[in-house]
Amino acid sequence: MRALKSLGLLVLPVVLLFGCSSTPEQPAAVKAPEVTKPKPEAPATTKPDAGAGTGSATAIDTSKEKADASADKSTGPGNLKNTVYFDFDRFDIKPEFREAVLAHAAYLTKNPSATVKIEGHCDERGTREYNIALGDRRATAVRQLLKLQGVSDKQIATISFGEERPVALGHDEDSWWQNRRAVFAYR
Amino acid sequence: MTISFFFRTVAVCFTLMGWPVAHAALTIEITEGVADKLPIAVVPFATEGADALVGSDLSAVVIADLQRSGRFKALPLTDLVARPSDPSKVNFQDWRMLGQDNLLIGSVKAAPQGYEVRFFLFDVLKGQQIKAFSLPAQPTTLRATAHKISDMVYEALIGEPGAFSTRIAYVTVQHKAGASSVHTLWIADADGYGARDVLNSPTEIMSPAWSPDGTKLAYSRFEHDHFVLYVQEIATGTRGVVADALGHNGAPAWSPDGTKLALAMQHKRHPGDAGNFDIYILDLRSKALTRFTDHWAVETHPAWSPDGNSLVFTSDRSGRPQIYRKALAGGKEERLTFEGVENDRASFSPNGKMLAMIHANSGEYRVAVLDLETSQLRVLTDSSLDESPSFAPNGSMIIYATTFKNAKILAKQRLSQEGRVLDPAWSPLLRTSQ
Repeated sequence: MRALKSLGLLVLPVVLLFGCSSTPEQPAAVKAPEVTKPKPEAPATTKPDAGAGTGSATAIDTSKEKADASADKSTGPGNLKNTVYFDFDRFDIKPEFREAVLAHAAYLTKNPSATVKIEGHCDERGTREYNIALGDRRATAVRQLLKLQGVSDKQIATISFGEERPVALGHDEDSWWQNRRAVFAYR
Repeated sequence: MTISFFFRTVAVCFTLMGWPVAHAALTIEITEGVADKLPIAVVPFATEGADALVGSDLSAVVIADLQRSGRFKALPLTDLVARPSDPSKVNFQDWRMLGQDNLLIGSVKAAPQGYEVRFFLFDVLKGQQIKAFSLPAQPTTLRATAHKISDMVYEALIGEPGAFSTRIAYVTVQHKAGASSVHTLWIADADGYGARDVLNSPTEIMSPAWSPDGTKLAYSRFEHDHFVLYVQEIATGTRGVVADALGHNGAPAWSPDGTKLALAMQHKRHPGDAGNFDIYILDLRSKALTRFTDHWAVETHPAWSPDGNSLVFTSDRSGRPQIYRKALAGGKEERLTFEGVENDRASFSPNGKMLAMIHANSGEYRVAVLDLETSQLRVLTDSSLDESPSFAPNGSMIIYATTFKNAKILAKQRLSQEGRVLDPAWSPLLRTSQ
């Protein structure tokens, strides 16, 4: 079923009583072809979907990304805890998770060919864009601690999902704490 | 400056009535504007030589538009004392008795090519005709015709352009059990009807922003390990990557002349690099990228002032997100917000005098408006987890997304099961009905 039942968009009439009419500026028309053509030097224009679509909807079907969407599976050291949790709006690694990170550091230094992706996540509070940055800081905090233990830069990639991929979908702390996390994903 | 508001709960729940998907994606709830709304009687338009409901369906759209603006109070249809469709049949005394200031009547007539829609707007107190028009229409454009009538009525009575013929862009996310989620970028009429998908993606779509001429959308899409910034032409669907730094490319904001995009970028030298988030300006013609902020903190959500002279943006250099302003010509970065724990995602009113933003205090995320002349901040909503406020192009309304309305528990239960709507963005005034 494609219908969505519970979307909350609100319209809020704003009444300005200081009287002046607020006619928006009508900017000059943009020269469309220059704006929308894929940037010639941009590497991403070679992606199969770039510039695609001639009708109303542009369908995207890249199986690689579908796989990424569920990339929580770890093929690394299965006995290690692979999730670090954070306090609200914080990115410092709490003492109780330090040991887990150090265990990963030990594994990575012993296995220099192993690589890990650190995924940073947030709860839904705050704006989506800001949470991309916050998720990045969480992943980076884990990366820093790994590096301090001697793990090579080349073994670590960081990635931020912001609030986009929650593991719990509720709207209270019961869900939020589970979503404020950094996840070790081995390849 | 005063902003008046209060809540009303007129929910337009298309979805529960089993509408086809083109109409189903959006539920718009309306909040209320002024206390002293203009009383207007709208007589269901007569139908001549066509399906009997065509006329009244059209005038119902006009009524809904006017009510949604928060500036009008339409007379309930059950209170109509007469149903004239021709000026010669109007008895002003009838409508004065009912306390109506204005009267709108009209008709839809079968014409050789579709319909002819006529309407007449009266000042009841003066007993004068204010406006009368005849508009050609097709069966498929009757809603657009109704919105045009609403625009003309609004402008005649309020003195500023209506924004009923505009559109909104927004993103929906559906989490599917045991499968990847579906992300869709939509464009719908400003009243939520006529939604059509402009992009479907297995990965996240974020921060759609209309070009000033209303022909293009800039947005970010998650690809492999980061967000990539696109510009897509709405009419053709043609799209192209405009920014793809390793790191992040998001929060696009068009310059008023449409030649540049301000954006939030994170530059990483390699996948493990700790790149910083700053505001950059991309010249869409030359592709030249200029760094606008240079600070160790996170900078994001730029918005271009309507005069084109400055940007506001979010920075957490004080510890939490707050709004700052800096001239394009350079100079000091001035902090604008001091109230509340967080302020983020500012956008300008069309006249440049106000900023709408998300304001966080006591754990609630609400829409607030900052008056740039007086620095007065007003919180406008009593919902929580509000997102993405966006002004109508005439400055009369703000659309935003929220998770919790008044019925907190109900909202919790519903939304954890189903989809979310995100990042609504109101179009500019559109030159033609596309």
